[in-house]
Amino acid sequence: MTKRDLVCKLQQDILMWQGYKSTAGAPTGRIGLGSIEKVFPGGTFPKRAIHEFITVFSEDAAASDGFIAGLLAVLMEEGAACVWISTSRKLFPASLRAFNVEPERIIFMDVKTEKDVLWIMEEALKCDGLAAVVAELNQVSLTESRRLQLAVEKSGVTGFILRKDASKATSTVAAARWQISPLPSTAEEGLPGLGFPRWQVDLLKVRNGNPGRWVLEWAGDAFAEVAPERKENIQGERENRQIG
Amino acid sequence: MQKRFVSIWFRQLLADWQLIRRPELAVVPFVFTAPDHGRLLITAVSPLARDFGVELGMRSADAKAICPNLEVLDDKPGRPLKLLRGLGEWCVRYAPIVAIDQFAKDGLLLDVSGCAHLWGGEREYLKEIVSRLKSKGYTTRVAIADTAGAAWAVSRYGKITPLIPEGGHTEALLSLVPEALRLDEPVLAKLRKLGFHQIKSFIGMPRSVLRRRFGEHFLSQLAKALGTEEEVIQPLQVPIPFQERLPCLEPIKTRTGIEIAIARMLESLCKRLQAEGKGLRTGVLTGYRIDGKIVHISIGTSGASHSVSHLFKLFQLKIEQIRPALGIELFILDVPRVDEVEVPQESMWTAKPGLDNQSVIRLLDRVAGKVGFDVIHRYLPATRYWPERSLRSAVSVTEKPTTDWRMDKPRPTELLRRPDPIEVMALIPDHPPKFFIYKGVQHFVVKADGPERIEREWWLDKGEHRDYYQVEDEKGHRYWLFRSGHYGGEQKYQWFIHGFFA
Repeated sequence: MTKRDLVCKLQQDILMWQGYKSTAGAPTGRIGLGSIEKVFPGGTFPKRAIHEFITVFSEDAAASDGFIAGLLAVLMEEGAACVWISTSRKLFPASLRAFNVEPERIIFMDVKTEKDVLWIMEEALKCDGLAAVVAELNQVSLTESRRLQLAVEKSGVTGFILRKDASKATSTVAAARWQISPLPSTAEEGLPGLGFPRWQVDLLKVRNGNPGRWVLEWAGDAFAEVAPERKENIQGERENRQIG
Repeated sequence: MQKRFVSIWFRQLLADWQLIRRPELAVVPFVFTAPDHGRLLITAVSPLARDFGVELGMRSADAKAICPNLEVLDDKPGRPLKLLRGLGEWCVRYAPIVAIDQFAKDGLLLDVSGCAHLWGGEREYLKEIVSRLKSKGYTTRVAIADTAGAAWAVSRYGKITPLIPEGGHTEALLSLVPEALRLDEPVLAKLRKLGFHQIKSFIGMPRSVLRRRFGEHFLSQLAKALGTEEEVIQPLQVPIPFQERLPCLEPIKTRTGIEIAIARMLESLCKRLQAEGKGLRTGVLTGYRIDGKIVHISIGTSGASHSVSHLFKLFQLKIEQIRPALGIELFILDVPRVDEVEVPQESMWTAKPGLDNQSVIRLLDRVAGKVGFDVIHRYLPATRYWPERSLRSAVSVTEKPTTDWRMDKPRPTELLRRPDPIEVMALIPDHPPKFFIYKGVQHFVVKADGPERIEREWWLDKGEHRDYYQVEDEKGHRYWLFRSGHYGGEQKYQWFIHGFFA
């Protein structure tokens, strides 16, 4: 047994001791996030789980929407449907086509109260004919998130909670907590205008995994990781200068 | 099957109704009056007033002379019909087809073919109707016969028995007065003048003679009473082919009880629906309470369904809206709208996920039942450029887009419902902004794309065109801005923010 196999075995044992239930039987496959997927337990993006997205500035919410749309493109392959629940929806369905999502397969539910959002979200998460459920929800307690998690475990639907007001964040049982913020895009060398949408992806919390920070781009039809070399260079230069 | 009709005659409908409303009037003679040619004519008389000799059609002044302490109340036109409609709806418990007597407008006609045996025979059936109406406070006379005309005649003028056996209606009519045939006053006057005081005295005369003297209408009324001509009665409620009834021995007032009632009705209903290949689209559950009130709950489905468990869940969401008060004695489940059900092919493996997946359709039904149909939206592309109108709502869950979604022009991930005005510094004629102020924050534009000009749909609304720019500020936020109108145009130009890019 090589050293690598040994480490792998050890990691799996630790996960088992931590009470992590592997989602055997669930369709395994890449979600298209590249190296980010490696930080999740078992090296796969947890589809049978609740993911939480927080935004600090309301103008950043579009970045979370775009990132989720990119994930939906993979989740909604093979004609599956998705439910998007909101109390004050700004999402423009026509724009989702740019993220490879067919907007007509998303059912929008625009309700008045957060209570209704929670109720619909739980019902929708129990419905195994859906691929994913996105809920724009600010207040969700630990107990409520636990109920949602139980529903997800039974049906295998991926749940996304979009918190557009970070001040109300409480602890939940979500498998991952993300923060997506926009970064300046780079157009191709010598061309004017905007490039592909680029985000800073912060994985603040991962259940049984390692948090991290990446720079991603939606490169037309898939996520592409951007090596953060340039930034480090600048920082390095600055440090040098300070020393000098 | 032999048709049977019941006629219910409310002898003093308005007086009874007033006595129910104001029991203190039981010791006071009272009448209802309506103005007619500058005087007040009596339209309804209470039993006490009748004892004094007050009659219908008298002038109110004359009646007051006979009976000094007479209470005179105003009659409202159309009130008897309104009362009859309410009573008719209540009477649906006895027979599905209930009609208001359109001739005298003081009674009801029930088509009770095949109903009476449920109450243990016609005698018990009539007794039940009279005693239930009596306990409500209405004095009635009823009769049952093979034709509506004969039942009407016997209920008002019969002296022997209200129960006319099958085929016996001609005999029963013979000894009655001509008024029993529902004739108009001129014809009746002519009959009286000629000495016809009973139907039997002219029933045997040749039709041609009768027609010449009394007209076609007279013959038709006679034929209707005798059953040789079909009488069409207009039911208050059109009977619904898919209907379940559940009378309860004991009034039901608990949630569990109502749930059991719904489940039992759904079971037999769904069996019928399934046999005919139909599915429920809308369903109405009506509960008749023992205090005479009626409670309704209704459900709707987005696709025809005859699954007991699914429909039961939809009703379950609405049970809270039922106020049983002292209890519900009769449940009726109506299905006003059914559709052909598409039997889903049994899949050997798990069903494919998608919009037409049964579980998704059920989810939508549950949401619609709890929150309402209007919260659910699905969008299809519309062939229009104006951003707010580039989408249209889908009509049904299975509707497919007829055109492709446009991808050649950038569209923001979040679109503001109404564009927000912003302050902008930009070079003319068509440069993107240098900076803009949105919600008090200054954003310096680093990169920009545009302009994309979108003309207004001038055949729908007036206004200026929009020049859209896609801009990115120094922090990396991406915005969709537009300038409405030309710089030097007749209208004032204005900059707006309309959306956020991912």
